[in-house]
Amino acid sequence: MNRRLRLAIVLAPAFAAAATVAIAAWLGVRPVPQVATSGVAAVGGPFTLVTADGESVSDQTYRGKWLVIFFGYTFCPDACPTALNSISVALEALGSDAGRLQQLFVTVDPERDTPGVLAEYLKSFDSRIVGLTGTQAQIDSVVREYRVYAARDKSDTGGADYLVSHSAYIYLMDPQGRFVNIIQGNASGQEIAVWLRKEMNDSKP
Amino acid sequence: MKHAGHLISAFLFVTLGAQAHAQAPHEVTMMVDHPWARATPGGAKTGAVYLTLMNHGSSADRLLGATTAAADKVEFHNATEENGVARMRQMRSVDVAPGASVAFSPGGMHIMLVGLKQPLKEGQAIALTLNFEKAGKEDVTVPVGKIGAMQYGDADAAAHGAHDHAH
Repeated sequence: MNRRLRLAIVLAPAFAAAATVAIAAWLGVRPVPQVATSGVAAVGGPFTLVTADGESVSDQTYRGKWLVIFFGYTFCPDACPTALNSISVALEALGSDAGRLQQLFVTVDPERDTPGVLAEYLKSFDSRIVGLTGTQAQIDSVVREYRVYAARDKSDTGGADYLVSHSAYIYLMDPQGRFVNIIQGNASGQEIAVWLRKEMNDSKP
Repeated sequence: MKHAGHLISAFLFVTLGAQAHAQAPHEVTMMVDHPWARATPGGAKTGAVYLTLMNHGSSADRLLGATTAAADKVEFHNATEENGVARMRQMRSVDVAPGASVAFSPGGMHIMLVGLKQPLKEGQAIALTLNFEKAGKEDVTVPVGKIGAMQYGDADAAAHGAHDHAH
């Protein structure tokens, strides 16, 4: 699943380019020189959000650090505590290498996850994980940019107990804010640590 | 030979007797194995209980519902993947075929406690009552493990665990 999604993300621009060429050929138009694709998929982008401490931040705030981003919500009983705990374990395992990273937990449920709720929730995990929320529009924007699937399920009561289906991947962005890779949120802490170390060492920014 | 005949009779009697016994309406045929819950992060309104159901009976049974004093309501959820998206699907009931077992475990099915009265703390235990279509009500004591544990007593979990760890 991990590989498949990654493949889909990475191949999407290639398919788009191929389609452009095909359409141009069909129209009898001589294709203009193609913009060379860098091989870096367009995942991620600028955002403005609010930390659990109430501080306004943007993607620029974290330039120079590798970003480890997980999208979830505090009402989530299973997948989110798993991922946040594994990230905490990974940070411990990374030792001083963890200093090259900044971990972000972005809520897909800003209605319930206010800065205060996020702050209380994140006390149970590694203190280096920064919780981010914002207005619904700000969250919609970052969710779109990172191609996260997030959709509120119909609650049987119609009350405040709704669930949000969401893609549970952990994203890695390089210090320039470019997408590097994803790993499944249910990977173990050790697996995440090994993965992060490998991705950081393989990359030549 | 006469002796052997007695043995066979005795064997038949025991076998048939056991079978009749298993089919008696109040026989406990559903076994609940290794129940445990995860401690919940600060302020969390939901929690998850994991366990394995084993149907030792000769007919299918069904988990219809559950109650606990620890939460407003209890739901059964299955984490499924459709088109690369992880999704929680609520299950109205959970079927357990005869001789089969059904596991609730992290990343798969879980028993979701909705509207926790208070956070689940590691080391405590909660009482949960499971209601089966045929086996009836089954009271289960659920010990609470670490936050993010993948199984009860998971040592890899919660390196930073709540506040009870000195760092």
